[in-house]
Amino acid sequence: MTRLETPDPELQNSFLEMRNITKSFPGVRALDGVSLALRPGEIHALVGENGAGKSTLMKVLGGVYPHPQYGGEIFISGTEQKFSSVRDAEKAGIAVIYQELSLVREMTVGENIFLGREPRRFGVIRWEELYRRARELLLDLNLQIDPHVAIRSLGIGQQQLVEIAKALSHNASILVLDEPTAALTDSEVETLFVILNKLRDRGVGMIYISHKLNEVLRISDQISVLRDGKTVGTNPTSAWTEPRIIASMVGREVGDIFPVMDHEQGEVVFAVENFSVSDPVITGKKLVDNVSFSVKRGEVLGIAGLMGAGRSDLLMAIFGAHAGRVSGEIQLGGRRIQIRNPADAIRQGIGFVTEDRKRFGLVLDQTILNNMTLAGLRRISGRFVTSVDAESAAGEQAMKELRVKANSVFTISGTLSGGNQQKVVLAKWLLTNPRVLFLDEPTRGIDVGAKQEIYAQINKLARSGLALVLVSSELPEVLGLSDRVLVLHEGRVTGEFSREVATPEQVMACATGHVNRGGLGAPIDQGAVAQARVGRERSL
Amino acid sequence: MTKPEAAIVDGPPTTSDLEPVPGTDAITPVTRIGKFKIPTDVLRAYTMVFALIAIWIYFHFSTGQIFLESRNFSNLMRQTSVTGVLAVGMLMVIVTAQIDLSIGSIVGLAGGIAAIAQGWWGYGLVPSLAAGIAVAIVIGAAQGSLTAYLNIPAFIVTLGGLLAWRGVILGLSRGETVPLRLQSFKSIGQNYVDPRAGWILAALAIAAVVWMTIARNRARRRHHLEVPGLGQTALRMALPAAVILWFIYTMNSYEGVPIPVIILIAIALAGAFLTQNTTFGRYLYAIGGNPDAARLSGINIRKHILAVFCIMGGLAGVASIIYTARVGSASPDAGTLLELDAIAACVIGGTSLMGGRGTVFGAILGALIMASLDNGMSLMRVQPYSQMIIKGAILVAAVGLDMAGRNRS
Repeated sequence: MTRLETPDPELQNSFLEMRNITKSFPGVRALDGVSLALRPGEIHALVGENGAGKSTLMKVLGGVYPHPQYGGEIFISGTEQKFSSVRDAEKAGIAVIYQELSLVREMTVGENIFLGREPRRFGVIRWEELYRRARELLLDLNLQIDPHVAIRSLGIGQQQLVEIAKALSHNASILVLDEPTAALTDSEVETLFVILNKLRDRGVGMIYISHKLNEVLRISDQISVLRDGKTVGTNPTSAWTEPRIIASMVGREVGDIFPVMDHEQGEVVFAVENFSVSDPVITGKKLVDNVSFSVKRGEVLGIAGLMGAGRSDLLMAIFGAHAGRVSGEIQLGGRRIQIRNPADAIRQGIGFVTEDRKRFGLVLDQTILNNMTLAGLRRISGRFVTSVDAESAAGEQAMKELRVKANSVFTISGTLSGGNQQKVVLAKWLLTNPRVLFLDEPTRGIDVGAKQEIYAQINKLARSGLALVLVSSELPEVLGLSDRVLVLHEGRVTGEFSREVATPEQVMACATGHVNRGGLGAPIDQGAVAQARVGRERSL
Repeated sequence: MTKPEAAIVDGPPTTSDLEPVPGTDAITPVTRIGKFKIPTDVLRAYTMVFALIAIWIYFHFSTGQIFLESRNFSNLMRQTSVTGVLAVGMLMVIVTAQIDLSIGSIVGLAGGIAAIAQGWWGYGLVPSLAAGIAVAIVIGAAQGSLTAYLNIPAFIVTLGGLLAWRGVILGLSRGETVPLRLQSFKSIGQNYVDPRAGWILAALAIAAVVWMTIARNRARRRHHLEVPGLGQTALRMALPAAVILWFIYTMNSYEGVPIPVIILIAIALAGAFLTQNTTFGRYLYAIGGNPDAARLSGINIRKHILAVFCIMGGLAGVASIIYTARVGSASPDAGTLLELDAIAACVIGGTSLMGGRGTVFGAILGALIMASLDNGMSLMRVQPYSQMIIKGAILVAAVGLDMAGRNRS
């Protein structure tokens, strides 16, 4: 990794080399000197927690962040590349297939493959040639897909394969696949792997990002683990085992930012039983599958899991805001309640600090005050006629307590920093006077100082007797704040730990679906919580 | 014929140098004009006021000082009233990110029904008016339901309405123009309030301005905001008071305040109150500004969209009464293209078609600008075809300026 001279024998056959890549966002260092080498005909897997920097690294490679916006060097076959756009990267033979497919649903397979590069003569598209070439490409990959059918009529797995065919039509020699199997069924995964093996034989280099460690171990030649924007290990796949990968993914120090806080817990306030949520788009798929949990007064229940584990779906569905079909029972204060929409949930005393504050949390055009009072407006301001006085009084107090930094409550919320916006969203829900508060990724994208303030608030709220449910992709955050941790994997509960016994390795093992294998002894069902206490100390 | 256009185009630059500096939060957007710094939102609110004054002065001098003379001014205000009433409803529709293209046809249908009721069916005044307004509300409710509950885009629902309701009135009236038989009906559009009543209204309005200014200062003090000094407070009272006195004086120098203008003022005040001082109004802005956030904050979006279309229908009914009464009869093509005037009024008044932004004050101002252009250009004997071209150009230019200002911020 310290080679600097370009004519290096080893570099000759590693035709992609990323050296010392750094990339910063305001307040966050997303990539901190990552290096990665890829040889032709190699599948190089990239694993790491959410936010470890995998996607950012691929965006640097794909030209999404153009040249001077990142630090470090990219070499392809020994020549340095400075991509100033996605087009540049494509020209250099790089194709990135993102999780959200970039196909036009209403167009045919053939049209999609050649979108923007249609074969033409005198500006007129030559449809016969387009479809002939599309068919050749598909046949070449052994795909039984008619190039004349609309993308919309294909399953998600086949769409993925079309996306790969499209990438190959660019003569891509480097293929990046970001969570390609997230939406695939087992048999579709098999088809995909056959094709990936075929491409490997042809000398295409692939970077394969996935949370599914068993798949990674099966398909890849090399595995690199990223953590906090750094490479923590690159080894041939044969040298890795699932427990080793997991240990590398989480092995960081939690540090002192989480003051260990024992919350005084009371009776169970909120409980959910046999809760299931079906996918509104894909019939028969369950986003949440038979989940049960309960929270006590003054308790913080953490919900851990990787992307797509169904954590947000679970909370959204409880809150009456999920498009999918929902079944199960909700109890509040020992009473069974019905929640048909968010208004019901709020009336019953549930607050929900939603993820993605710009999309779900704030009306960015409006003042801090209008946002803070939106969910509890009738309670704070009056049933019909609003009172600026009553609202400002409530808003100013919330602003002081949460230390929102702004000139006044009449500042437009869109002009605030992320941390302060998050505090406004938190204030909005506290002003509904909830008994249970859901927090979904409450610290995503905010700086460390603001994070700590949010942590302090969460502890304070727990002490005041609120029951809290915390979803976070940052494992240290979940472990540091929660009294109890529930782990979800593909919509199911795969583990439950009390604070004293939860270790990052165990939680990650459950989160990756690596359960009862590899000797970690992670508990699977909720009845087994107690078993987690097999004298295992927190190995921080 | 580029002068009226220039009146708007030459408005102060709307450059705003808003730069969210990391670490320091909450910067009030500020616009620089020469050495002066003015908060951008204040500037935006007053740009149109200045534009209106400029238009008035231009027309006044290019029409041989007829334009602002009491008789024409009274006429101008009456012309504004129909568009103004519709603009108040349209504002609420657009704030929730919807649109209503059918209101011109609703005005035709509701006015026609009211006229038919009193002329052919022998209804009295109140039942006739009620029939017209009720039909308009029912239509609003129907269109609102289709939009909110069946998820048919409002553009399509009301485009259908634009055709269908016009067809209904053509059929009902058999293509005839129905004259108004009741003098009391006509008086709604043609009469004036007694000048003495005008002065009493002026006194009440000035008292309200004084009281509101004091209340506002008190509230600011309570919330530890900067309280305007004595001079500024006096100015804040004196300026509106002077405008009110001038307005009533001008109206009274002719025949008094026209009744449609009284109706418009009442509806505008009610609309301003509803949008600014009620939970209902607040929810409309939230729905238009960020429907996801609104929904997750427990707001019933469908119910509010339905309500907004009902209000729009009701106001179209009121506008149809004024329109029919002013003309003295209901013709089957009455109200054609009024929906576009109402939308243009909102947009010129700073309403965002994306939803979430706009005020009743701005919409009324926009209606005044549109009516002033019509009135002034007619006085100047500008050919109708040029009038259409100029109005179209001004509409696009006004929005273009606004977008340019916004993009930079």
